[in-house]
Amino acid sequence: MKGTVYLVLGALLVGGVLAGVALGATAIPWGRLLSYATGDRDALSPAELLILGRIRLPRVLVGLLVGAALAVAGGVMQGLFRNPLASPYTLGLAGGASTGAAVVITAGLAQGNLWSLPGGAFVGATVASLAVGALARTRRGTTPLTLILAGIALATLFSAATSALIFLANPQEMGAILVWTMGGLGRATPAALTYLAPLVLGGIAVVLAFSHDLDVLALGDDQARHMGLAPGRVRFALLATSTAMTAAAVACAGPIGFVGLIVPHAVRLVLGPGHAHLLVASALAGAAFLVWADLAARLILRPVELPVGLVTAFLGVPFFLYLLRRGGGR
Amino acid sequence: MNLAAHGVGHRYRERVVLSGVDLTVAGGELVAVVGPNGAGKSTLLRRLSGALRGPGVILLDGGDLTRIPARILARRLAMLEQEVPTELDFPVEELVAFGRHPHRPRLGPLSQRDRTAVHRALEATGTTGLVRRPFSQLSGGERRKALLATVLAQEPAVLLLDEPTVHLDVHHQLEIMSLLAELAADGRAVVCALHDLNLAAAFAHRMLLLKEGRVVAIGPPAEVLTRDLLRHVFEIEAMVMASPATGSPFAHFVVPPPAGFRRSLGTPRLYTADRDSGRPDGDCGLPEASP
Repeated sequence: MKGTVYLVLGALLVGGVLAGVALGATAIPWGRLLSYATGDRDALSPAELLILGRIRLPRVLVGLLVGAALAVAGGVMQGLFRNPLASPYTLGLAGGASTGAAVVITAGLAQGNLWSLPGGAFVGATVASLAVGALARTRRGTTPLTLILAGIALATLFSAATSALIFLANPQEMGAILVWTMGGLGRATPAALTYLAPLVLGGIAVVLAFSHDLDVLALGDDQARHMGLAPGRVRFALLATSTAMTAAAVACAGPIGFVGLIVPHAVRLVLGPGHAHLLVASALAGAAFLVWADLAARLILRPVELPVGLVTAFLGVPFFLYLLRRGGGR
Repeated sequence: MNLAAHGVGHRYRERVVLSGVDLTVAGGELVAVVGPNGAGKSTLLRRLSGALRGPGVILLDGGDLTRIPARILARRLAMLEQEVPTELDFPVEELVAFGRHPHRPRLGPLSQRDRTAVHRALEATGTTGLVRRPFSQLSGGERRKALLATVLAQEPAVLLLDEPTVHLDVHHQLEIMSLLAELAADGRAVVCALHDLNLAAAFAHRMLLLKEGRVVAIGPPAEVLTRDLLRHVFEIEAMVMASPATGSPFAHFVVPPPAGFRRSLGTPRLYTADRDSGRPDGDCGLPEASP
């Protein structure tokens, strides 16, 4: 069962990468790609090589990393807060990151320094995660309802703040923020990979090291404590890691919805609740899902690109509802 | 194996909920902590587990329990809370393997030793047949046994249980208590908080009776389950006899209490308000005695 799931996910991932590189506004025939890959250096024109190396390959790699980051962050938050509705989106983290990035753009700091945009996003996401953690806490810990309500309230607040920044910005910055808030992999550059890759891959490694702790935490903080776990420390480490991953993803691709909520759920319905497999499979599934969604966004109205968030919603929600119906009878 | 508490107390904010408790439990012994709601039973267990800190000393095999790192402690002492979330979808086998958490490295599958411990915990609790079932789909009794298996998989020498029989029917109550008696007979020190006095008297080697956070009596059931102590601590009338079946003391509670029962108690009412419900303690909805 698990083997089959990983096989399918692996095939989707490899297929997505190949198709994502080969297909686009300028179609490059598979035959010539293949002969280039097998050593015929003249099979592709310099222009085609430029498209592949500077545009499509970075875009696919960014898609893989952003998809994996959002899905894993969502899976961690759902386990951490014992709440099926938790995700970078519903807890306001993505909104905080957006506002932080919008501040950086309005202040004119986005150009020139590679780390300024992810830095702003990280500050915003950290503010959001601290705020949601503090707001949702009641006498006896955090209840599922207060957590989600606090998250939605924060997301609304951040969205208003981002709108205010757009309103106050000069026309050029306004355009930059607007395009960015739509979310998409269109502006992916090889340079973005220098912060995205270490943050996302490192984050996944950290989170996997805590997968047993996430399992035990499902028994409740008190019982987990009796089993040698320090719930406060585990929470802090995992929340900080998923905040960093969310910030990196949002800084690079803008806010992209549904991936962080739906992918871990879909994986859980198929593989069960154990976090080791859940997080690994979520990383693979999130990566594959976003690459395919981006491909669809590029191809459906070619040469016009759709916002990838539209596609993730249209592809993801029906699939999720199908899994929900099927899993409900389990 | 030996767990010793000296002068253990606890307060929540300004309110003292436990004070001056002395208790020594040796391996092979089953001790039941009894007392009214809010008497401090759960607090005492949590203090003994090291989860709560406060005044007093707790020694595990002569060493200060609070100085033992949590993971190391969890290999020697396990506690099962009264309530854990019931909506867990983990299959029983995976759930019981959680008990190996303090023994396992951060990454990697269960070792052979881990699997043996899980297997033995399943066997000891009679849950081997449930391994594939999700925890959320078990009955109350099956759930309790699966959780018991989980803490047993920690391979603890000391086992603390908060109300292990709560919400269970009488069959499962007896089953769980027999299991605890067996675990004690295997050499573990077992301490459990219980509401059912007769269940405690039938299975425990010793009973510890708490009232308002203080030890009123500690000793064999015959010394603790007495008419006078029940009257003093629970404010009830009871006839205590030896069970014809087991010989252990057995309290027959007189319902309804005789007229003038409250006034005839002779002791002043010590409780102004119950800590749990805000109701006068012992006033379990019984009609007020008429003068």
